[in-house]
Amino acid sequence: MNGWEPVIGLEIHVQLKTRTKMFCRCENVWGEEPNTRTCPVCLAHPGTLPVPNKTAIEWTVKLGLALDCEIAERALFHRKNYFYPDLPKGYQISQYDVPLCSEGRFVVPGPDGDREIGIVRAHLEEDAAKTIHVGGAAGRIHGAEYSLVDFNRGGTPLVEIVAKPDVRSGEEARRFLQLLRQTVIELDISDAEMEKGSLRCDANVSVRKAGEEGYRTKTELKNMNSFKFVADGIAVEVERQIARYQAGEEVMQQTLHFDPQTGTIAPLRSKEEAHDYRYFPEPDLVAVAPPADMVERARAEIGELPAARIRRLEAEVDLDLAYGLVTSGRDALYARVPGDDRRAVANVLMNQLAAAGVDPAAVDGAELGRLVAARETIPRQTFLDALGASADPDFTADPYLAETTVSDAAALDPVIDGILAANPGQVEAYRGGKEGLLGFFVGQVMKETQGKADARVVNERLREKLNA
Amino acid sequence: MIDTLRLTAEDAAGLLERGEASGDELAGAYLDAIEARDPELHAYLHVVGEQGEGVPIAHKDVITTKGIPTTAGSKILLGYTPVFDSTVAARCKEAGLPILGKTNLDELAMGSSTENSAFGPTRNPWDPERVPGGSSGGSAAAVAGGLAPWALGTDTGGSVKQPASLCGVVGLRPTYGTVSRYGIVAFASSLDQVGPLTKTVRDNARLYEIIAGQDPCDSTTVELPEPVAIPEGEDLTGVRIGVPKEMNEAEGIDPGVSASVNAAIRLAEELGADVEETSLPRSVDYGLACYYLVAPAEASSNLARYDGVRYGHRAAVDGDLTALYARTRWEGFGAEPKRRILLGTYALSAGYYDAYYGQAQKVRTVIAREHAAAFERFDVLVSPTSPTVAFRIGEKAENPLAMYLSDLLTIPANMAGLPGLSIPCGLSDGLPVGLQLIGPQFSENALFRVGHALERALGFDFVPERLR
Repeated sequence: MNGWEPVIGLEIHVQLKTRTKMFCRCENVWGEEPNTRTCPVCLAHPGTLPVPNKTAIEWTVKLGLALDCEIAERALFHRKNYFYPDLPKGYQISQYDVPLCSEGRFVVPGPDGDREIGIVRAHLEEDAAKTIHVGGAAGRIHGAEYSLVDFNRGGTPLVEIVAKPDVRSGEEARRFLQLLRQTVIELDISDAEMEKGSLRCDANVSVRKAGEEGYRTKTELKNMNSFKFVADGIAVEVERQIARYQAGEEVMQQTLHFDPQTGTIAPLRSKEEAHDYRYFPEPDLVAVAPPADMVERARAEIGELPAARIRRLEAEVDLDLAYGLVTSGRDALYARVPGDDRRAVANVLMNQLAAAGVDPAAVDGAELGRLVAARETIPRQTFLDALGASADPDFTADPYLAETTVSDAAALDPVIDGILAANPGQVEAYRGGKEGLLGFFVGQVMKETQGKADARVVNERLREKLNA
Repeated sequence: MIDTLRLTAEDAAGLLERGEASGDELAGAYLDAIEARDPELHAYLHVVGEQGEGVPIAHKDVITTKGIPTTAGSKILLGYTPVFDSTVAARCKEAGLPILGKTNLDELAMGSSTENSAFGPTRNPWDPERVPGGSSGGSAAAVAGGLAPWALGTDTGGSVKQPASLCGVVGLRPTYGTVSRYGIVAFASSLDQVGPLTKTVRDNARLYEIIAGQDPCDSTTVELPEPVAIPEGEDLTGVRIGVPKEMNEAEGIDPGVSASVNAAIRLAEELGADVEETSLPRSVDYGLACYYLVAPAEASSNLARYDGVRYGHRAAVDGDLTALYARTRWEGFGAEPKRRILLGTYALSAGYYDAYYGQAQKVRTVIAREHAAAFERFDVLVSPTSPTVAFRIGEKAENPLAMYLSDLLTIPANMAGLPGLSIPCGLSDGLPVGLQLIGPQFSENALFRVGHALERALGFDFVPERLR
């Protein structure tokens, strides 16, 4: 970075998975036929009025508490006015100067210790509908032949989290996001799937000289739909800005789009920027005063946060494995698996068990511990089969552990002798120089022993006998 | 032979109860009257003529009625037929009141004369050369002209009280929050209220009883603190009546109006009320200016949904979204909505919000406090409803400010969220004069009681002289 410091502010949108939408009773569900989950309220028919979803308010409070925020005594909804076909009322009901949650912090463990990222606010709003622009370039409205609107998504409860510009790298942004995602999943309030758009991230990026006060011009990176793209996009933009300053040029304030295919950044049309949203308090709604018992109930439902668990695990395994276990939701199982070699347990959970695609919650930790301990002494395929079955009801490791590898020469010799006796032609050919036939004999022995023979010992014994 | 000019809703209910007329005969009598007199009055935009066993009703055309076109008097909603009932329409339906039709109004309830209707003005049954007031002019004219036993209107700045006054009928603007706004084409959400227009105070209380009460579809509604009492008594012993001097001596009040109102106040004293002069200086000084910031600001946002995308008028524009919005709204809205959208957009704009909308909301609090202080000493405040009797069609059409002054005396209580009842108290130049009774929040029963006693003592004949 040659003395340059990146300054990154993240804005995250999380769709809540409440049963119904934010201000009407339409089912809140993803992937249905377009425009089948709509009603006069979310289509903004004349005279319709919003009625707030109590669960969405409670969940936002819960998320706010997990982010160590202050919960407003009387939060206000505001109207954010602008015209667009995905906004049927011509305004979005959002929050403005008195959000439900404000002034929080979120701890992100990193290689150089804990980093505390400030949270400016977390507020509740309604999602816009989905527009699809047909024809024209890259699905953008500019130059499109026509546009289609799907109002199923319109009115989904959406929490916007605004972080302070405390993040210092794309990698840190990725860790922040992964931890935040894991937090909302554990709070059981969102699917938080970036591919589906139920978790979305924008980043405000600027750079400054180390030690410099204040901030330089920032750019906004929009809609990066995977953790990797967030990290990559920010890294590319940080380099671009540094290069401009080093070339004696300025950075222009603009909204940018990161193309993960080419790893390049291009400006979005600037026309959409200079909005005056004419915010004013939503007169169709009264102030939201979260009752004390609701706040306490929400507080009681929050378990130990992912960051704290990562710090604890890091003492046993390395930071990457700890992140992996916690953000994949495997750390609970990890805790249930006994065994002295903690890294081995973690590696099996993150690699072979993950590849087997079983539900970690359904796995018996004690039985899995026995398998991990025996992983060197049972046949590899047996080990993998056992992991594949480990989430079955009534799973026990016993039958798999019984299939120990046969490495005792005394036990293998009779089998080997039998194979050699049964294949005199091949023995002749081997001895005549076709040494490649060794594999054939090994295969026959493994077949005979149902894969339990220790391949190293079999190879050794076969060579000895054939070369004798 | 049913005399619809003379028949009150209670009389009509009596005919039905005693079996002296069937529901069809009753509705038929009104439909005959509509056929005879509405070509001249143009109180109705849409005659429905539903069959039913109850006392039929007319709804102002901002009241959403399932399967019945609802235009709000605007071309922007031409061709729109609602798929749901407003809460008040549903409650009237449940009470068994068949719909006679939808009544004319100033476009989107913006105006004081019904001349702003996109479909032509309504005429005053007392003098067809004159306006019926507005914006609920169609409902007031229908009741006064014997074209409906009772009707619903909506009141934002005086749109029930003022036309009631100009047509010689009774009009209630209820306490904000007592009647659901769900399904009312919104003008200014923090001010809009539905109210009954009737021939008598008792009829008014009966219709209010049907429509009032908390509605889960409107979060700004509350449960009535006490049941509606149908008024019976005829004395006013112990009732403390305040006469705010600014509202009774304001510039522009016709001498004939003052004379009628003063006579009614003297009569109240004779009936046992304690009458005393009081003062509401800031409410009258600032009420109108404050209203013309708050109401247009909210309207500019409420009317954003009329964009041509989902329902109503859509301009023949291809391929350009901004042009579609602009043409649709240019063609669909008349001059008054355009004027108020401009005013309101300006008042909410960045840099102006604090000076205009923000300041107006603060003044609104001052007005509410000033009224609350007066109600520590008085049960009811009285004034003329309108400074003038019905004016000539076209007389103020070219001068919006003169038209706005028509609501000078109704606006202050509306800004404070307070209920107001207008009852006819005499004639000036052969045209009805309205007396406005204002009470504290939820004081409808007191207003009905005072209104009923005065109505009996005044003996006003609600049938227009030329039709007797």
